[in-house]
Amino acid sequence: MIWKFLPQASSSAWETDGLLIGLTLVTGAVLFLVFGLMLVYAVRYRDSSPIDRGKIAEKTFRFEISWTIATLVIFFGLFVWGADLYARLMIPPTDAVRIYVVAKQWMWKIEHQGGQREIDTLHVPVHTPIELVMTSQDVIHDFFVPAFRVKRDVLPNQYETMWFTAEKTGTYHLFCAQFCGLDHAVMTGQVVVQTQADYADWLARNGTSQTLAQQGEPLFIRYGCSGCHSGNGTVRAPSLAGLYGRPVPLSDGSVVTADDRYIRDSILQPKRQVVAGFAPVMPSFDGVIPEDDLIRLVAFIQSLAPERPR
Amino acid sequence: MSQTVTATRVLSYLEDGKTLRSWLLTTDHKRIAILYALSITVFFFIGGTAAALIRYNLVTPQGALPSAETYNRLFTMHGVIMVWFFLVPAAPVTIGNFIIPLMIGARDLAFPKINLMSWYLFMAGGACALYALFAGGVDTGWTFYAPLSSNYAQGHVVAVVAGIFISGFSTIATGLNFVVTIHRLRAPGLTWYRLPVFIWSFYATSVIFLLATPVLAITLILLSFERIFHVGVFDPRIGGDPLLFQHMFWFYSHPAVYIMVLPGMGIVSQIIPCFSRKELFGYKFVVWCSVAIAVIGFFVWGHHMFVSGQSPYASIVFSLLSYFVAVPSAIKVFNWLGTMHKGRIHFNAPMIYALGFVGLFTSGGLTGLFLAALAADVHLHDTYFVIAHFHFIMVGGMVSAYFAALHFWWPKITGRMYPETIARGAALLMFLGFNFTFLPQYILGYLGMPRRYHSYPPEFQVLNVLSSAGASILAVAYVLPLFYLGWSLFRGERAPRNPWRATGLEWTTDSPPITRNFLVVPTVTSGPYDYADPHTKLADV
Repeated sequence: MIWKFLPQASSSAWETDGLLIGLTLVTGAVLFLVFGLMLVYAVRYRDSSPIDRGKIAEKTFRFEISWTIATLVIFFGLFVWGADLYARLMIPPTDAVRIYVVAKQWMWKIEHQGGQREIDTLHVPVHTPIELVMTSQDVIHDFFVPAFRVKRDVLPNQYETMWFTAEKTGTYHLFCAQFCGLDHAVMTGQVVVQTQADYADWLARNGTSQTLAQQGEPLFIRYGCSGCHSGNGTVRAPSLAGLYGRPVPLSDGSVVTADDRYIRDSILQPKRQVVAGFAPVMPSFDGVIPEDDLIRLVAFIQSLAPERPR
Repeated sequence: MSQTVTATRVLSYLEDGKTLRSWLLTTDHKRIAILYALSITVFFFIGGTAAALIRYNLVTPQGALPSAETYNRLFTMHGVIMVWFFLVPAAPVTIGNFIIPLMIGARDLAFPKINLMSWYLFMAGGACALYALFAGGVDTGWTFYAPLSSNYAQGHVVAVVAGIFISGFSTIATGLNFVVTIHRLRAPGLTWYRLPVFIWSFYATSVIFLLATPVLAITLILLSFERIFHVGVFDPRIGGDPLLFQHMFWFYSHPAVYIMVLPGMGIVSQIIPCFSRKELFGYKFVVWCSVAIAVIGFFVWGHHMFVSGQSPYASIVFSLLSYFVAVPSAIKVFNWLGTMHKGRIHFNAPMIYALGFVGLFTSGGLTGLFLAALAADVHLHDTYFVIAHFHFIMVGGMVSAYFAALHFWWPKITGRMYPETIARGAALLMFLGFNFTFLPQYILGYLGMPRRYHSYPPEFQVLNVLSSAGASILAVAYVLPLFYLGWSLFRGERAPRNPWRATGLEWTTDSPPITRNFLVVPTVTSGPYDYADPHTKLADV
């Protein structure tokens, strides 16, 4: 009955609900015990009750140890249950479709790989893992879809990601869950889950002539990236071909994976993570490139296939 | 039995000086407690009025208050006032201030002048915050998340923050005062294991005051610096880190939850044995659970940040630690039940309030398990589920405990008995009204209604209306004591020294106590809960 208002519309929704039901059962059992004992004692041992109190327990040690251990065991079980699911919610499948989200007071801007843009509405295909790459232009927001049982804070100046697989077509609430100022309560929208065919249709109808990556190519030249990173410049810079998703050895000896966040950080703060064997000569683009353009640049770099001659 | 029997009558603290000056410049811990009690009552009703308007707004989906701005400022005001000017100080500075010296057989706190200074600091901070809130307010929420609060929000952020900063020094001073008093001023024979759990709880609370409040002060200073001088600390646009704010804020604010609830645990640990006419079950376990809560409570702050972008590994550790901190709380609940077992239970108003505390605290604590479970928190975080959870602990639990203490020690504090029947009624009404108000919010939270929403989708209306209806019952239950306790000040029956036949040194002196507390320094020869004979009848009053 309650699920009429809150459908289990994602692959993880029923698992989260299972955990919640488990927690509810534990809570119910303990409340039954505590309130039950309180009521029973209140009646049985009320002052006017003639019942024989008998011998009062002198040694409490046994009781203390047993209920401490019982509580620890139950709590540890709940911890493992919650942590296991959380860990899986944190790791997106490798084949997830990436969609970019830029939040600002008080709207959600969505950018699809094909260059389709929408505001306060997110169209996604059913049965397809979706990874949202999210950032904010001002304060902290939070992308919350109750029907999917997922939410994630959207922070300024960095990428946060969240993934889900919608399993039921329909239209669901999208809320901003982190208080973000005056119109926080109307920073809402909807997530439209469509069949693969409908989604393809929607993409086609809303398509622009260029994909995000194609839109990124002129930006790559305009911001001067191509001067060094295209291989024929005078400055020696690491090639970006086939970079995306690869491990990158850094000058401090560590290795990072070149994901959206790494590429973005390297554009804005290039001196923080310098690729091994290269001089830290790249200037910072912090404050120079707006979030929308960053998304296009990242998409473009992501599209650079390894065999492509650059 | 009565103080009038003594030939040369010593004045009670209430009669010892009638002028306003004698109150405002007093260094008597009992009078300072009264000053505090009056002040926090005012703050409670200001915060409560804001709460009433919040519930009024949420009766309709589009919001009954004309603008979102008004609503945002109201819930910020409600949070700021209730947390820093009612819940954090409430039990320590009123009940603690009054009872701790009496309970350990001391003439006053260790630093009476610092105690008075604490009250003035508290009032200065309160005035600052009230000025800001009435001059236009702030719309950041009581959590002041940066960069919203530092570089985006309008309103008097710096003034409110300054108010909290100043009142923070008041709580630090109070904490210091309590710690030194409990270490140095115990009566002869009052060893640590003869101390009532009340003292242990307030000791643990004071340690948290001392260790956590400075971090809040630093956080608020940095926030103000960023706001005024645009020094990049928290706002990434100018080189700061927004998660740093959350780490620092919750490093104070999570232990602050235990500041609010540990005194409540101490209070019911006095009341339940007294009205069960039985020794507290597992005394040493309850004592060390208080200490354990105070210690572990410092290492769980990250559970407020499971969806914030904090490292998942950190989140997993914080989740485990959060379950650990719940264990000692659970143990305490079982010990209170064990105390009732085979007792002779009397249902005076303090006992009803205390049982209300146990029930509501248990419910609130159990729903905390939901929020500590990582994946469950991903869904429930920042929804009404969280609101319901912490109101169960703080309002259901702590405010019940505060009222329990107020009724329990009322005869000692005022020298008058309160009217028992109506007090019992109010206690029951508070329990019912509370559940009526906050139970629907758990469901709202599960359904996904986010907190701090001025308007909401229409399907949430039924539950919101239920909650608001409950709030009106709760409001009546909160106003009732104002009347009957006020009445008892003038018309109440004179209280004997020990109306509850309770153990504890505070009951061996006059009601109300003389200024010096004790004519002769008492010597202690037995444990704290010496209700040896469970067949003793408690004189019904």
